[in-house]
Amino acid sequence: MSNSKEWILSQIREKQKSISIPLPEYEGFGICYEDKEKAFENALIQAGANIAYTNKKRVHEVIKKHYKDAKIIVSNISDIISPTKEITKTPHDLADVDLAIVKGKFGVAENGAIWIEHDKKEQRAHYFIAQHLVIILDKNSIYHNMHQAYANITLEKGGFGTFIAGPSKTADIEQALVIGAHGPKSLLVVVL
Amino acid sequence: MITHSQAAKQFLKDQKKALWHDRALWYVRQKRDAQSKTIPEWEQLRQKASQIKAHTMQNLAHYLEMFEKNALENGITVHWAKDGDEHNKIVHQILTQNDAKKVVKSKSMLTEECGLNPYLEQRDIEVTDTDLGERIIQLRGETPSHIVLPAIHLKKEDVSDTFHTHLGSQKSNNDPHYLTQIAREHLRQKFLQADAAITGVNFAIAQSGTIVVCTNEGNADMGVSLAKVHIASMGIEKIIPRVKDLGVFTRLLARSATGQAITTYTSHFSGPRPKAQMHIVIVDNQRSSFLASEDYRQSLHCIRCGACMNTCPVYRRSGGHSYSYVIAGPIGSVLGAFRDPKEHSSLPFACTLCGSCSDVCPVKIDLDKQLYKERQDIVQKGYSVKKKRLFKVVAWVMRYPFLFDMLGKVSRFVIPKLPQSILYNSKNNWGKYRKMPTMPKESFKERYQKEKNVK
Repeated sequence: MSNSKEWILSQIREKQKSISIPLPEYEGFGICYEDKEKAFENALIQAGANIAYTNKKRVHEVIKKHYKDAKIIVSNISDIISPTKEITKTPHDLADVDLAIVKGKFGVAENGAIWIEHDKKEQRAHYFIAQHLVIILDKNSIYHNMHQAYANITLEKGGFGTFIAGPSKTADIEQALVIGAHGPKSLLVVVL
Repeated sequence: MITHSQAAKQFLKDQKKALWHDRALWYVRQKRDAQSKTIPEWEQLRQKASQIKAHTMQNLAHYLEMFEKNALENGITVHWAKDGDEHNKIVHQILTQNDAKKVVKSKSMLTEECGLNPYLEQRDIEVTDTDLGERIIQLRGETPSHIVLPAIHLKKEDVSDTFHTHLGSQKSNNDPHYLTQIAREHLRQKFLQADAAITGVNFAIAQSGTIVVCTNEGNADMGVSLAKVHIASMGIEKIIPRVKDLGVFTRLLARSATGQAITTYTSHFSGPRPKAQMHIVIVDNQRSSFLASEDYRQSLHCIRCGACMNTCPVYRRSGGHSYSYVIAGPIGSVLGAFRDPKEHSSLPFACTLCGSCSDVCPVKIDLDKQLYKERQDIVQKGYSVKKKRLFKVVAWVMRYPFLFDMLGKVSRFVIPKLPQSILYNSKNNWGKYRKMPTMPKESFKERYQKEKNVK
C-alpha cells in the first residue's frame, strides 16, 4: 500500500504545474445584513425549521408546547429540561428517542446553519437518529456569513462538528420536497 | 458501442416524461439563479474558489502529504489506491478484518466509478445505498442518471411500483411523502444493522486532516454514527488547503446544486467515534494524468454540484443514461472522453457549445472549451469517422468561390422544387429531426453587392 502512495505522489510531482497562484484571504469579505438576526430567522424558516424566542425560565415550557407527545428525551444541556434517557455509550440504544435537545455554538445569517461543536468523548447518533431535534442558541451568537463562521471554528483533533440547517429532507422523488428523510422530522431552534 | 444520440432516442420515446425531465431540471437551474443573486459577491466567490483549486492542484502532493499526516494524528487510518481495483480491494479488506457483512453507503460517485457495489456483492457483502434516490435506483438495478439527483429520470409512479415490489408498499400509492416514509422505515433498519458505513468525501482539509460530507437527508451521518467502522473514499482532487477555505465552498456547493443556501448537514469528521474506526481511502484512478494536461487540468476542480447538467440543453433533453460515462452531462463528457476517448467518443459531440455550463460552474471550469478541444482530439485520433468524407468535399468546394457560388445558386433553385419525400425519408438521417429552412431568393453575397451599390 505504501508503494501506491509513493507511486501516486511521484505521478503528481511529475505532472503538477509549478507556477505559483496564491491562496485568497477572507478578511472583510462576504455579505453583511442590516439585521442579521432577522436574516438568520428567514433562512431557517426557508430551510423548513421553526424558531422560537424565549428566556431561560420559559424554555422548558416552549419545548413542551412544541413537543407535547415526546416521551423519550435526551439532552446534553443539564439545566434546561430533565432528560428521560442518557446519551449512552452505545448509539443503537438511541433508536427510540423522540426528542434530542442540544446546544448550538453559533448561527449563520446567510443560510440558517447552526454550528454544533461536539464533545468527542460522546457518541454522535442523537443529532441524527432522534425523531425531532431542538437546538438551543444564544441570541448574541449569530454571524453574518460563512467566512466569519469559519474564522471562529477550531476543529478539535480527532473531533466532530457539524452545521445543521433545518430538519432532514429529500426531494429525490419527482423533486417534491419531503421533510423527514432519515433524520429528525422537525427542527426547533430556541433562541435565548 | 452505443452513441449518445442512439441512447437519447430511447429516452425520447416517452415524450411526456422527457418534457417533464427538461422542465424539472430547468426549475433547479432557476432556483440556483435565485440563490446566487442573494449573494452580491457571488462572482468574486467563484473566482476565489477557482483560485483555491488552481493553487491546490499546483501543490497537490504537498497537501496530500499534509492531509495524511494530520489525519493519522487524528486517529484515522489512511490508505492509498492507484486505481479502482485497488480501492475495492482495500475496502473489502477493511470489511473482512472487521467481520463486516452488512454495509450502508451514502452517495459517492467515486465508488460508482470504481464499481464498488458489484465488487462487494460478489463477495457476499450486503451493500445498501441509503440516499433515497440511490436506494430507488439500486432496487431497480439502475445507475444514477444525475450526480446530485440520481433518480431524476423516474416518475413517482415508477418509484411506487418499485417500492411495492421490493418493500411491500401500497400498490399505486404515489404520494412522495408516503413513499419517503416507507423508505425511512426500511432504511432505519438497515442503519441499525450495519457493521460498516461507507461515505464519499466532499472536501478534505489538509491543514486539519478532516473530511467534510454534505447531505440533506442525514444518511451519511446516520450511517457513520451507528456502525463501528467508517470508510470514506476520496479522489486525490478533493483536497483543500485550510479550514477557512471551506467558507468559499460551503457557500457555493448547495446554491449551485439545488438552489438551497446550504445542505441540511455539513459534517466535519476529524476522527473516529469512541470505540469505532475511521478509514480514508485516497484514490488516483487516472486523476493524476489530468494534471499534466494544460487543456483538461481544470476539470479536476469540479466539486460535483451538477449545475452544468441542470443547465445543459442536451442533458435536459436526453437524460443522464444517454451518456456512456459514469458521470453524465458536460463534466461527465469531459472526464469520460479524456479517460477513454475511444469508448466515449460521442460525448463531446453531445453539446451545442452554448457555454451555459461554464457560466454556472461554481469553480469556473471552462467546460465548453474543453468539450470543443476534445472533439478535435477525437477526430485527430480517428475515433470519429462518420462525417470525414463529407467534410472533405465541403472543404474542397469552399476552396473555390466560383464553385461555391454556383452550388448555392443551383441549390436555391432546385431544393424548393424537390418532392418532400427526398428530404424526409427513412434513408436520409439529416431530415429525421430537422426541417429545411425556406430558401432565400439570393445569397448574402449577392444581396450585399446589391445594397452596397444602392448606397
